[in-house]
Amino acid sequence: MSHHRTSRCVAAAATALAVAALAACSVPEPEAEAAAAPGVTDTTVTVGTHQPLTGPAAAGYSSISAATKAYFDYVNDKGGINGRTIEYVVKDDGYNPATTQTVVRELVQEDEVFAVLNGLGTPTHSSVLDFLHQNEVPDLFVASGSTGWNEPETYPNTFAFNADYVTEGAALGQYAADELTGKAACVLGQDDDFGTEFLEGVELALGADGLTDVQTYSVSNQDVTAQIGAMKAAGCEVVMLATVNGFTALAIGTAAQLGWFPRWLSSSSGGDYPTLVGFLGEENGPKLLQGFVSTNYLPMADDEWVELFRQINDDHNGGAPFDGNTIYGMSVGYLFAEALAMAGEDPTRESLVEAIESGKLVGNGVVPLAFGPDDHAAFRGVGITMVNEGVQDFVGTTYSVDAETVEAVEPQPVPLENEGVPAP
Amino acid sequence: MNRVLPQVTGTPRILLGGLALAFLGIAVTFVLDPYRNYQLAIVAAYFCATAGLSVLVGLTGQLSLGHAALMAAGGYGYALAASLVDGMADGGPGTSGDEGTSVVRVLAGLAGAVVVSGVLGLLLGLAGARLRGPYLAGLTLALVIALPAVTAVLRGVLGGDQGLRAPYEDVPPALERLVALEQWHAWIAILAASVAATGLVLLRRSRAGLQMRAVHGDETAARLSGVPAGRVKVVAFVASAVSAGLGGAVLCLVTQSVSPGAYSLAFSLLLVVAAVVGGLGSLGGAAVGSAVVVLLPWLIESVTTALDLPADLQQRLSGNLAVLVFGALLVVVTLAWPGGAAGALAARRAARSQQPPLTER
Repeated sequence: MSHHRTSRCVAAAATALAVAALAACSVPEPEAEAAAAPGVTDTTVTVGTHQPLTGPAAAGYSSISAATKAYFDYVNDKGGINGRTIEYVVKDDGYNPATTQTVVRELVQEDEVFAVLNGLGTPTHSSVLDFLHQNEVPDLFVASGSTGWNEPETYPNTFAFNADYVTEGAALGQYAADELTGKAACVLGQDDDFGTEFLEGVELALGADGLTDVQTYSVSNQDVTAQIGAMKAAGCEVVMLATVNGFTALAIGTAAQLGWFPRWLSSSSGGDYPTLVGFLGEENGPKLLQGFVSTNYLPMADDEWVELFRQINDDHNGGAPFDGNTIYGMSVGYLFAEALAMAGEDPTRESLVEAIESGKLVGNGVVPLAFGPDDHAAFRGVGITMVNEGVQDFVGTTYSVDAETVEAVEPQPVPLENEGVPAP
Repeated sequence: MNRVLPQVTGTPRILLGGLALAFLGIAVTFVLDPYRNYQLAIVAAYFCATAGLSVLVGLTGQLSLGHAALMAAGGYGYALAASLVDGMADGGPGTSGDEGTSVVRVLAGLAGAVVVSGVLGLLLGLAGARLRGPYLAGLTLALVIALPAVTAVLRGVLGGDQGLRAPYEDVPPALERLVALEQWHAWIAILAASVAATGLVLLRRSRAGLQMRAVHGDETAARLSGVPAGRVKVVAFVASAVSAGLGGAVLCLVTQSVSPGAYSLAFSLLLVVAAVVGGLGSLGGAAVGSAVVVLLPWLIESVTTALDLPADLQQRLSGNLAVLVFGALLVVVTLAWPGGAAGALAARRAARSQQPPLTER
């Protein structure tokens, strides 16, 4: 008896669906988008991002999007860009590529964002590259140093933000050759694109046989004793790190436990002093990190930009701990605001991409931006920083890297103008 | 159900039912927007794994906490096989977008997924047939926990923590004007899910299925009656693994990547939640369970966003609230409906059909 009722229900549902299927079609109509750019109204521009707010990468990076949002709040308080406020939709992907797929689809298809900004992570963002390209969504200032974002031929709407890992490795390798001449140099790298590309850069500067030892680690294994022991045994005096913040601290801490104190040279991705002190502790951190060398391409320490960002952090971010991530997040916000201002009175996705490709963006880095029609990399050079008595700042040495060569250049910091709000 | 085409019975009826449900599913994709179609594809992928798990636990009583690892095996199988075909097809320029290659690639990928997950399921099943209850659960649990280490050791093939990328599957040119990308992916997912579900239904009502129930009821009695208990358990495990592997393959196709991070212990337990909430042993229940597991976090996210909570609180709730709700849901369901959604429905139906005779008496 109950079977009959079920079958009647199924039949009715099937008929209803068949009718609906004939009535509707789920292919989006392309004409609809031509009128106004998605995510842009008369008063707002909505952009979105995917960030690791929870999960394994949260500890190191969850504060970035909050900083970007605080900067946008600051700009919005000053009237926005071209009369439009910037709304920033932040989605948590837990650093899991499958979740990234879901949240980025939500951003594009549900929230209809104008652009995706500063999506964080190599494996996570790689999984949405094709989707964003397919939907012609501007994919701006990816928060990763992979060289994969700079492929204008394949992904014309994707732009990098970080100096790529090859550049960072080459700059640190050159610094080791120039300033720490004759010392045995080694590399500890993450076992993915990060480590591989960094090593490529180091070998560009030092030659393929210039390294005494190369070790790798996997993020899923929170123990690097074997690698540190091997490098100590190999007689390394300089260790270059392609590590995230947590593993930089782990490496330095483990080495200290083994009574080994080499010179540490770290990529900017894992070289933020306040974050590292957080991991190593207030007592030992400053001692262990004295003389710690890292790369950076954004303003640091006593700088007018940093002063402004501190103020914004106090006013709009509830006075959250101020570190390299804060500066990074706000610098991303500034660069986007600048691109948006340059994209014209009525920005479209095309005009936004054109504005970045025009090569006229200035940003706030210590080396000029490299953006152009054939180059979607942001920074082709980095400055060397060092920790001295608890303050991490540039030492003045800056390297510019192109395909084959590394050369020392003068840093070119950008002066702060118009209270840090880009003028159209 | 006997009213529609009563003359068709047995296996042809099940095949026809599977085909009808697949067509129904494909018809549904036409009324959904791209994002809902994407969610539908994910539900279908989760359904494959949950259905396999549900049948395994419900029919043979073998509790597996490692179905995420079996899904991952399917995902890796898919990525490796599809990339292999892609690499071979890339010999000439412009061939990768070819309609023929695309179909071959997907089929090769699915076949790869079936082989890899089937082999892993066979190995696990062989070990599992000798273990009972908590020991089997422990073995499968260890498998999920070992997954990142395994991919790190086999970095050359499996790509370490970063995992593998699968080729991008665009809509075939012939259908370009008719369906959107997400809809196309949903079609593949629905077809894979209906193949998996039909296979499981056939297995359940076959001789082997009967033997599985016998082994579950009383293994000693079954053995005395001449049922090869060990072999029966292994067959169930392999079928369940292949189903989960198909789910992993679909997930890999849709998300274009497979990495150990996506198949964590938490995800594996979520599959158990889906199977239990839906009702162990029931395929309809598995469908309900997987829909709940996919849609609930999204609903919670929508609600918390709509509530306009302080940014600080929202960041803390994001991702965590869903876990709490799943925990509560599991407790409530096991207390209120020990048989899950399917069990509750069956109980209601039974109560209704029993009531009239009671009043007549």
